[in-house]
Amino acid sequence: MTFQEIILTLQKYWADRHCIIAQPYDVEKGAGTMSPYTFLKALGPEPWRIAYVEPSRRPADARYGENPNRLYQHHQFQVILKPSPDNVQDLYLGSLKALGIDPVKHDIRFVEDNWEAPTLGAWGLGWEVWLDGMEITQYTYFQQVGSIDCQLESAELTYGLERIAMYIQDLSNVFDIEWVSGINYGDVFKTAEFEHSKYSFEEADTKLLFTLFDEYEAEAKRLLDIGLILPAYDYVLKCSHAFNILDARKAISVTERTGFIGRVRNLARLVAQGYLKQREELGYPLLKKAVFGGEKNE
Amino acid sequence: MSKDLLFEIGTEEIPANYMPSTLKQVKSISGAMLKNYRIAFEEIKAYGTPRRIVLFVKGIAEQQENLEELVKGPSRRAAYDENGNPSKALLGFLKGRKAELGDVFIQELSGVEYVYYKKQEKGQPVKKVLKTILPDILTSISFPKSMKWGNKSFRFARPVRWLVPILGDELIKFDKDGIKCSRYTKGHRVLSKGSIKINNTAEYFDKLKAGFVIADQEERRAIIRRQCEELAREKGGEVLIDEELLEEVVYLVEYPTALIGGFDAEYLKLPKEAVITPMKEHQRYFPVVDNDKNLMNYFITVRNGDSRFLETVREGNEKVLKARLADADFFYSEDRKESLDNCAEKLKNVVFQETLGTIYDKTQRISAIAEYLAAILGLNAGAKKNLLRSAHLCKADLVTNMVKEFDELQGIMGREYALLQGEDREVADAIFEHYLPRFAGDCTPETLNGSILGISDKIDTICGCFAIGIQPTGSQDPYALRRQAIGVTSIILDSNIHLGLAQLIHNSLKPFEEKGILKGDEKSVKRDILEFFRQRLKNVMIDKGFEYDVIDAVINAGFDDIYDSYLKILELSKWKYKDEFMNILGSFNRVSNLASKGKSTEINELLFTEKAELKLLHDYDKVYAKFVNCVDNRDYGKALELMITLKKPIDDFFDNIMVMVEDEKIRNNRLGLLKSIGDMMNRIADLSAVVMNK
Repeated sequence: MTFQEIILTLQKYWADRHCIIAQPYDVEKGAGTMSPYTFLKALGPEPWRIAYVEPSRRPADARYGENPNRLYQHHQFQVILKPSPDNVQDLYLGSLKALGIDPVKHDIRFVEDNWEAPTLGAWGLGWEVWLDGMEITQYTYFQQVGSIDCQLESAELTYGLERIAMYIQDLSNVFDIEWVSGINYGDVFKTAEFEHSKYSFEEADTKLLFTLFDEYEAEAKRLLDIGLILPAYDYVLKCSHAFNILDARKAISVTERTGFIGRVRNLARLVAQGYLKQREELGYPLLKKAVFGGEKNE
Repeated sequence: MSKDLLFEIGTEEIPANYMPSTLKQVKSISGAMLKNYRIAFEEIKAYGTPRRIVLFVKGIAEQQENLEELVKGPSRRAAYDENGNPSKALLGFLKGRKAELGDVFIQELSGVEYVYYKKQEKGQPVKKVLKTILPDILTSISFPKSMKWGNKSFRFARPVRWLVPILGDELIKFDKDGIKCSRYTKGHRVLSKGSIKINNTAEYFDKLKAGFVIADQEERRAIIRRQCEELAREKGGEVLIDEELLEEVVYLVEYPTALIGGFDAEYLKLPKEAVITPMKEHQRYFPVVDNDKNLMNYFITVRNGDSRFLETVREGNEKVLKARLADADFFYSEDRKESLDNCAEKLKNVVFQETLGTIYDKTQRISAIAEYLAAILGLNAGAKKNLLRSAHLCKADLVTNMVKEFDELQGIMGREYALLQGEDREVADAIFEHYLPRFAGDCTPETLNGSILGISDKIDTICGCFAIGIQPTGSQDPYALRRQAIGVTSIILDSNIHLGLAQLIHNSLKPFEEKGILKGDEKSVKRDILEFFRQRLKNVMIDKGFEYDVIDAVINAGFDDIYDSYLKILELSKWKYKDEFMNILGSFNRVSNLASKGKSTEINELLFTEKAELKLLHDYDKVYAKFVNCVDNRDYGKALELMITLKKPIDDFFDNIMVMVEDEKIRNNRLGLLKSIGDMMNRIADLSAVVMNK
């Protein structure tokens, strides 16, 4: 199964289970959770079901394209099921079967792993899912997002697409993944990996980034003041990414670090509050939609 | 007639390390509740797998016991007026108990007549009462972290998906926030299809087994142990079973099948900890050693499932471990490209604590303390040189790739890299040992240099944190200072080192004082640290099994030399149960009581006129020099023997002499004598703190 077949299979599987199939959100981010499709939609009483691929940038994990496992940017397949259905674990195992991974032939374990994202003021309980000893998915029941308790808890499934592809294709180097017949992962990303590594570790203009962080933060606050919640959130994401590059560049000391994380978390909280207020004023329109739900057993 | 009760709570995978405490709670909570509800039973058992918590009560009564309780009301005088009509107080009492006037009677208590009511409650069928008890048990279990899901009113470690409560062969029906009770449980997540119907409690365990679930954790533990041992034996080796890891694995699987996998023997060239750590910590594998205890290139993992397709599972696990070991190998070879001296330089960029500076600064302070201790303990020039070398390098491995990846390898890699770059064995060992003890019950350093370095590192952390006001409060102890102080104490005791704690603390505080970051004055910071040590020393002694009063008696008289305090406690504990010692306690207590009133130990022999006081003075003079000699030689047994000879003259003194006389000169002279004797005692212990037995 090629990389793109894996994505297409997961999309089809979750589309059949009443998920919206969305496209990646176009602002840089470190994880699929940071997409507004997850971060904001996890708040409040409205149901929501969505699945999407999210390219996730982690400047500190960059390795100039030389490490067989670590990447500046990897791909997550993100599924949000809100409220979490009773048979969510079965649904998940069904998706593995769709990928040709028959649980009977393997050792699948749900090993405790509690997820926390300090910059988002978010945490949840769950597991990392092991396939014959390898972590392939992060599975979380959200408890708090934007420092606000979740009213209706979501289940979040985050598949590590490269890991799964390497397993299915029996590879030990991520750049060998067959994206589509005749084109591998390295053909698509190797140069980008090298250049972004060089940028993150050597060339990033830290003075500029510090300034940008301040300005993004100011803009987010200004937008919040005039009730433009979604544009404000885009600037929170930009703050977070600027912080991540500065962090990779080792431009932020241990002491300063806590301060920067606190500033982003504060913005995330204000956005979360603003979003909840906005949805309430709109009368929670998604409550009236019947499309999310109606479970069939696997 | 009695039956068995089964209550299975079906869940999504509960964290393995929650389970031991969960099962303990299930037993104690249900035991207390059954007792509270007057339900007799023979035995309570609790079982757990990743997906279920099982309460099993053997021989539970079918009927609650009846309740009879006497309730006291108002006194007769307050209950009735002169015409015998009930008062408001009595009516209120009746109303509160839903009783009639005819239900009460009069009974006398300590000469006063009171109104009484006999509360009677007929026992209910247990089946009915369980509908209240079982949901309460479910919601009374507490977990280190718990979650909310699906609009339930209670929290649990992970979502609860089914409940199977069966009494004998009857289903107990209740509904907990939409989770329904039924006879249907689930077998193994992938090996068992559909639901399993439980008709009665007797068939539960067998039916689960048929569904690939071994509910009894002890059975799983035995299977895993046996399988692991067999697999290792087949390869001519022996499995290393860490009980803590085994306990975790027991609760990670419902149907264990162990399998053995291999890795490239090339990786055996790595330090063995660098191979074992990723295996254990990351993958929950058991290592295998040969007859000479050398690591073999095998690992054993326990699969949650049967023995089909084991080859696939093995290959997958081998691949994961290979990637981990390849990482370790890469880190190891990268690390060796750089000397530890270079790494030590890099510590200038690693913050230890914002105010206290970098780790490099810390190693410099450690060096200074170590140098001071080397002088006190009389290290020779060679040992001292090695000590200072190890002080310089002791934190260098923190910036190596290996320790960054596996932080539990700190010290271990430091020792390894030191040996590789040709450092003296003494230097390498001290680098490793200075982290000891790493946890409660861990060993302490074997070498003197390791002990000195360990004490220096820990006392620096303690003094630094106290200096800037971040000492532990309540459950908050972010720098694990309690553990560090216990570490210092244990090292001193195990290596038989005599040193002055106050002076050590004073020296260790100096750099912070010079830097101007000391919060408050040196004296009070030092006092706080000493007080902190006093508590830890007490705890360590209690853990060693000494009695409170003996510990207090010695520590009250001073604990500057910790090892010395220990020797005194040891001796006093032996003496405490000797008759002749108990006999003198009363006498010495009288001395201490008055001694505290004495201002000085000055004695003018000419002012003594009575025989008894002269006798005491002479006997004291006779004993004193010998006593001091014994104490200086730390022969506390002999010293106590000498003290005991003073019992008779002391008793005679108190029988014949009035101490608190009008004449100030005479009074002070007598107090001076008692204070001298009290001070002498105090060189061993404050005997007034010893509790007399019988």
